[in-house]
Amino acid sequence: MKVSARNILLAAGLLLLIALPALAALLNQPFYVDQFRRIMIFAIAAVSLNLILGYGGMVSFGHAAYLGVGAYAVGVLAHYGVLNGYVQWAVAMGASALVALAIGAVSIRTSGIYFIMITLAFTQMLYYLGISIEEFGGDDGMRLAVRSQFPGLLDLRNGTAFYYLVLAILVAFLLLGHRLVNSRFGMVIRAAKSNDARTRAIGFSPYPYRLVAFVIAGAMCGLAGALLVNHTAYLTPEFMHWTRSGELMFMVILGGIATAVGPVLGAIALLLLEDFLSALTQHWQIILGPLLVLSVLFFKRGLAGLLPGARPNG
Amino acid sequence: MAEPLLAVRALLRRFGALLATDHVDLDVHDGETHAIIGPNGAGKTTLIGQLAGSLRPDSGQIRFSGEDITALTMPRRSRKGLARSFQITSIYREFSALDNVALAVQAHAGHSFRFWRAARDEPGLRAPARAILEQVGLGDRADVLAANLAHGEQRQLEIAMALATRPRLLLLDEPVAGMGAEESQRMTQFLASLKGRCTMILVEHDMDAVFTLADRISVMVYGRVIATGTPAQIRANAEVRAAYLGEPEAAA
Repeated sequence: MKVSARNILLAAGLLLLIALPALAALLNQPFYVDQFRRIMIFAIAAVSLNLILGYGGMVSFGHAAYLGVGAYAVGVLAHYGVLNGYVQWAVAMGASALVALAIGAVSIRTSGIYFIMITLAFTQMLYYLGISIEEFGGDDGMRLAVRSQFPGLLDLRNGTAFYYLVLAILVAFLLLGHRLVNSRFGMVIRAAKSNDARTRAIGFSPYPYRLVAFVIAGAMCGLAGALLVNHTAYLTPEFMHWTRSGELMFMVILGGIATAVGPVLGAIALLLLEDFLSALTQHWQIILGPLLVLSVLFFKRGLAGLLPGARPNG
Repeated sequence: MAEPLLAVRALLRRFGALLATDHVDLDVHDGETHAIIGPNGAGKTTLIGQLAGSLRPDSGQIRFSGEDITALTMPRRSRKGLARSFQITSIYREFSALDNVALAVQAHAGHSFRFWRAARDEPGLRAPARAILEQVGLGDRADVLAANLAHGEQRQLEIAMALATRPRLLLLDEPVAGMGAEESQRMTQFLASLKGRCTMILVEHDMDAVFTLADRISVMVYGRVIATGTPAQIRANAEVRAAYLGEPEAAA
């Protein structure tokens, strides 16, 4: 890591997140820990979406599917008495990876608007599946009576411990993502996004690389789903609603497509703005919508593009 | 005589009612530079597309190095040693020149399911890419974003990427198109220096480049090859003169 204004800013941001529970305690505002835990869970989901949308050019309009599959894996296992967190979260990631494999195997053969529509259609199917299963609460969802158990490691009922776990996962995924997009594998999916015909002409078959990227992103987002259901202690098909997928896309676009920290900035900005505006008026979406349109029109490179030293393909 | 490196038999491709490739037979021998000329719309780029694998023929056969490759995809043909430069510059605009060539090296250096090590730190990819950039004359432009290269330099980069795949047969679709006189002369000299290193099929309108480089020339008109021969034979061919060569002379 070079010492640059950009890295100093990023380190300061990380320190702020580390210090946040202490600051919240000092200000006697424990709500902030909850708020930022939720934000970071969505940031994890947005980071995973950025891998395929930002670096791979695969505009998935169904990324909330994996949020839902991860959440349902935990909720359903808990419903049947399997409370071990390692098992639950491994199943959450495995099931999300399998669903991503199935959706990706079909959708990645298409491109452009067809890709967007197919990923949306699959996610809507899962959403209606969630609604239709009465055993798991159907439309209303169901309570997660007991959070994932990590005996001897940590207790998720401890809000601060849970907060640090989420932060650690977010940082780990950012580092993993950074390695991934700069590896040979990452260069192939970025090349295929940049110029598909050229990529084939020099001898790459992009399909298997894209599919693997899609599955990795699905598994990462599945873990975010497992975190989310533990955060809300409630399982609902709403996790898979298409507006969720849209929100995740917005976090990526607002934060800066194909930038390492963009999705995190996007998640923080979008969710804080939502919280702030919804406290002002119940018609907050009327204000949020135009703000998002303006941000897309005027900061094409997203919030990450405002950081010093930002460059494409760094 | 040994089987030609590339043997095309009765290749046919329609676009609706248009016969873009009309029973084309073509032999390209190992080591030769074979130019394909013809007026606009004669079907030259369509033919190149079918040779490279981006376009499927409706019927006919393409054999490369003794093997039927008619059904192979573009990536598989590339791995067998067929490389292509595009008529319309096709590069990775948002990557550096060196990245562009290193990607072509990477495509032929085993599978790319390697997730951890930074590809830009691999000497095995960077060193050969740098050497090829030097050869095409872009050595000092390695770190420039491809989008910021001049048009002529982008054409050189195209060829560098094709060469990085270590091709046995190079398909060049109008390599000097859009270049100034001096640039196109330099490119022609560079292509001449490749003779003997790989076999080339050259589609080109620039007759100076064609007659400098080609060992043999095939002339296409309306999807058909109407003549094949040495430059001297083609110059002397009455049908060719009528169909094609007369035009630029009359214009000049």
